[in-house]
Amino acid sequence: MKNWLNPRSIFGITLIAVALIALPFVAAMGGQAWVRITNFAILYIFLALGLNIVVGFAGLLDLGYIAFYAVGAYVYALLASPHFGLHLPFWVILPIGAMVACVFGVLLGSPTLKLRGDYLAIVTLGFGEIVRIFLNNLNAPINITNGPQGITLIDPVAIGSFKFSGTTQVLGYSLSGPQKYYFLLVALAILIIIINLRLQNSRVGRAWQAIREDEIAAKAVGINTRNLKLLAFAMGASFGGVAGGIFAAMQGFVSPESFSLMESITILAMVVLGGMGHIPGVILGAVLLSILPEVLRYGVGPAQMALFGKMLIDPESLRLLMFGLALVLVMRFKPAGLWPSPERKRELQGDA
Amino acid sequence: MVAELLLDARAVAKHFGGVKALRDVSLSIRRGEIYGLIGPNGAGKTTFFNCMTGLYVPDGGGFIFDGAPLLADAPHQAAERGIARTFQNIRLFGNMTALENVMVGRHVRTRAGVLGAILQNATTRAEESAIRQRAIDLLHYVRIEDRTDDLAKNLSYGDQRRLEIARALATEPKLLCLDEPAAGMNGTETAELRELIDGIRRDGTTILLIEHDVKLVMGLCDRVAVLDYGALVIEDVPAVVQKDQRVIEAYLGA
Repeated sequence: MKNWLNPRSIFGITLIAVALIALPFVAAMGGQAWVRITNFAILYIFLALGLNIVVGFAGLLDLGYIAFYAVGAYVYALLASPHFGLHLPFWVILPIGAMVACVFGVLLGSPTLKLRGDYLAIVTLGFGEIVRIFLNNLNAPINITNGPQGITLIDPVAIGSFKFSGTTQVLGYSLSGPQKYYFLLVALAILIIIINLRLQNSRVGRAWQAIREDEIAAKAVGINTRNLKLLAFAMGASFGGVAGGIFAAMQGFVSPESFSLMESITILAMVVLGGMGHIPGVILGAVLLSILPEVLRYGVGPAQMALFGKMLIDPESLRLLMFGLALVLVMRFKPAGLWPSPERKRELQGDA
Repeated sequence: MVAELLLDARAVAKHFGGVKALRDVSLSIRRGEIYGLIGPNGAGKTTFFNCMTGLYVPDGGGFIFDGAPLLADAPHQAAERGIARTFQNIRLFGNMTALENVMVGRHVRTRAGVLGAILQNATTRAEESAIRQRAIDLLHYVRIEDRTDDLAKNLSYGDQRRLEIARALATEPKLLCLDEPAAGMNGTETAELRELIDGIRRDGTTILLIEHDVKLVMGLCDRVAVLDYGALVIEDVPAVVQKDQRVIEAYLGA
């Protein structure tokens, strides 16, 4: 057991806490847009950690993970918007969203129990698309999802009369909407990280790892692989559902467009690039891959103007090009991810 | 009352397409003995194993284990009932440490679920440290305690065999099934293995041993069964089996 009370870790925790508290105010100096970008980075941490349970811990390749995010977002949207006239508080909806996503996780998991690797990837990919297409088309004969137009005017998160949207004065400081959401997200992120760390070093976490390593041997020592795989899908899905709910509340708007295959792949890239199965690595991957495109968005245009005095290449396509190049370079030079677990590092070195 | 028979196989049959891998094999293992299962390559030894441990579903017959029938097609339940096995081609969790491999073996005898893991309540913490302690003890028992924190795949061949046995023992088996544990071992290693198997039996676990090394089987086992072309040739004490004409033919060719 680590001793959390030694002076060094107290110093470290204090430093991180101060940095986390200061971050939204520093980001706000560059405009509220940067606070929003930070918030999305944290939301991607939720998603990447959820997917990490399925892919990193249990070794089940899931290409349809965004479906659970979509389910969570739509559950929130339907229960807290004028669309059905329902306005439940967020602390009721978030658990419902997590639970519905969890059910969807089991729904996806149960027919795919015997599949592994590429076969599983194809089925999950199909599942993700099915959910998106359903959302797109469930506006007739009964209008449930409002189709491609999406659902608007979703209630923001509110605790009592304290709303997380709009600016409020707190202790003489003025806090913007995104800044308030930031603190809510950080609190949830800490909770989710603790849950993940504890799961990994538990009886259940070891059983997942055993299934990833050798399913037949895992069965032979008495692991009920069926239940544990379903559990991995369900746990991962519920994290996705929570992230989706917050997303809907933060944006005030959801539409099927936000839940494309590209999103699933981005989240998977975060997990793989950061270091599959290693929680700090996955967090790093999520932060980098969500911030980097934005940095490029704001940096590519001005950089070209400074270097050449005119726009040579459309910033938008150059941005994607550089993003892709960065991914390829990382995978070429750090195949285990940017921050792999010590074991995984040894494993790749051992094979060489 | 505890029955004398630990495992009773009744007319177990298994075929793969037209190949009859097992033809109505009936045999019985008594409590506390070391039971050898031998036969030429392809005689059906491993198939028998796989049927018993639930990896294959037999096409006929079945098993009575410890007084109750074994369910087919449920490998994790076989472990729960008290059957543990090792594999002919070692199957460890390669990227987990030796200690973690044995800790996984405790899975079936422990309870903590997701909620316990997240809350880290006293029960879960106590269970977790008991799992760890038991795993450390087992690594000592098979004498690879100096490899505790090494990845399983980086262990030497002999140590991997020992680790697989430790992992199987972690499930607290009544019957430990070893599939060719001496394969690829030199004389010294085989002698050490023999000592280990003998020790496990002395500590109260019944052992089913599949082996190619006839010398090892004849020296170690209380009773031996011989399979040939999927059928049981003979089941008796080693002295009788060794002299049996059919066994000599099966091994040397008629």
